[in-house]
Amino acid sequence: MREAHGSILYLDGVSVSFDGFKALNSLSLIIEPGELRTIIGPNGAGKTTMMDVITGKTRPDVGAVLYDGEVDLTKQSEERIAIMGIGRKFQKPTVFENLTVFENLELALAGERRTFAVLFAQLSGTQRDRIAEILATIRLTARAGEKAGTLSHGQKQWLEIGMLLAQDPRLMLLDEPVAGMTDAETEQTAELLVGIAKERSVIVVEHDMEFVRTLASKVTVLHEGSVLAEGSLAHVQADERVIEVYLGR
Amino acid sequence: MGPITRRLIALESKRGWAVLLAVFAFAAVAVPLLNVLLPPDHALHVPTYMVQLLGKFLCYAMLALALDLIWGFAGVLSLGHGAFFALGGYAMGMYMMRQIGERGVYGNADLPDFMVFLNWGELPWYWWGFDSFWFAALMAVAVPGLLAFVFGWLAFRSRITGVYLSIITQAMTYALMLAFFRNEMGFGGNNGLTDFKDILGYSLSADGTKIGLYVATVIALTLAYLVSRFIVGSRLGRILLAVRDAESRVRFIGHSVTGAKLFAFTVSAMIAGVAGALYVPQVGIINPSEFSPAQSIEVAIWAAVGGRGTLFGPILGALSVNGAKSFFTGAAPEVWLFFLGGLFVVVTLFLPKGLVGLASAARRLKRPTLPVTKEEPRNA
Repeated sequence: MREAHGSILYLDGVSVSFDGFKALNSLSLIIEPGELRTIIGPNGAGKTTMMDVITGKTRPDVGAVLYDGEVDLTKQSEERIAIMGIGRKFQKPTVFENLTVFENLELALAGERRTFAVLFAQLSGTQRDRIAEILATIRLTARAGEKAGTLSHGQKQWLEIGMLLAQDPRLMLLDEPVAGMTDAETEQTAELLVGIAKERSVIVVEHDMEFVRTLASKVTVLHEGSVLAEGSLAHVQADERVIEVYLGR
Repeated sequence: MGPITRRLIALESKRGWAVLLAVFAFAAVAVPLLNVLLPPDHALHVPTYMVQLLGKFLCYAMLALALDLIWGFAGVLSLGHGAFFALGGYAMGMYMMRQIGERGVYGNADLPDFMVFLNWGELPWYWWGFDSFWFAALMAVAVPGLLAFVFGWLAFRSRITGVYLSIITQAMTYALMLAFFRNEMGFGGNNGLTDFKDILGYSLSADGTKIGLYVATVIALTLAYLVSRFIVGSRLGRILLAVRDAESRVRFIGHSVTGAKLFAFTVSAMIAGVAGALYVPQVGIINPSEFSPAQSIEVAIWAAVGGRGTLFGPILGALSVNGAKSFFTGAAPEVWLFFLGGLFVVVTLFLPKGLVGLASAARRLKRPTLPVTKEEPRNA
């Protein structure tokens, strides 16, 4: 096993079981700073559980989960993990439907998080500019004042990516970011993600092979809670065990 | 002009401020004047009993407003707000008990009548300080606030939400009711605290005192409304709405859900405490029945009928439901409970946004339909 030192995310021997079912089985994974990593795997391979463990939603039974080479994520709350710089986009887009698009971004924006301080907090000029910039990136400038609940499915996905950008995380976890998008939207999203990955580390969980190909990143295949294969998409697709898992035995 | 001043002005739109001022002027100035200046046989004369009844309703309205802050905005349905109201009431009741002095049945200046009756030798330590109005007023806010803080901290930290939270708030108020029923608690047991004589030296039976308490209630309700407006209009208010709609998502963007809920719950309990403290001198009694679980459920009905998540809706709801209650319990007491139950069913099924929602729906109907805003091209 390589050293945790110098990595942005380090998972070693992580296991999680629910009522005897092993969702993660001694999973080990290292993400380097600035890396874009795609994770694929059949249903029930443990992809979402892995994200839950990283973001503090689920505590592992055993194993180490280190952020930035030293912070033990298994001891931190979801809020702390988010503040430390790990952002997450859910499979089902969850935006705050009764707030406007602008307000959704305002709440996500990095900065004040203490309860009393947010009671009096005001957006500074720079923060407003930043929100305007993100609105332009996710192409929702014209909808800024409308309730997020009125957006189309694809637009909600983009708003969620915008909220992630506003959080300015160092590590982004994206669970099926193009689910339910049209081909054109998928292509634009891939472009956006590749751009984002230039400045930070990104982990993408995806089913859509065409999309995975567009990302052109290192791919990790999960199966039954542990890593089955790792490498370029062409490399893992040629792997016999991967073929067996995907095509059935 | 500082940023806070600017935000205070922006609490309401121009029209909102105008309406608020007009309602305030009517309630705080016109009603008392119509009582004092007009002769009793004049058509517009407001009798003193009516002013007092209105004062009582306004205390209920304040309680409903408090509930709206935590239920309508943070989605936490507390069915124990009656407890905070009662605790505020007991604090004020204890002050007024001490003011009775030698005028009690036993003429004992050191002990309230019920303690003499129970053969208690001296005043328990938790009654110390209640000779002072300001101490009692402070306790009327601090005790409900502290209870809400501790209870909320335990509940929200353990992520108890939804119906489970509602049930334990019912358990809380029920437990307090049983405790206050016990004579050993030192709060007058079953009978509670009553036979009050005066407040701040003014006789409670004097018309002037009644009008004064009513005006104080109007002012307190207005301030509570503005404080609540400030909270829901702040970024914290938007976090509360976000918690209501997608609680776990709020955690993943780094905001403290526990902190936001705890803040709203505590402020809400403090407002309820003030309402209770104003209520007791106007009705002249506080006893453990105020803690009964059904009382707290009724508060939720007022808020739902008026329209939760609007702040002024629950105020309207409390006034109209209690107005109807006064009418029905006079005209046909046996149908009141059926009416209340039926009302709640009708509101839940047909008026999810309450009276306020009904009013805005009516406004939309009257206005010609606006052209639907065009959907942007998906791949623009």
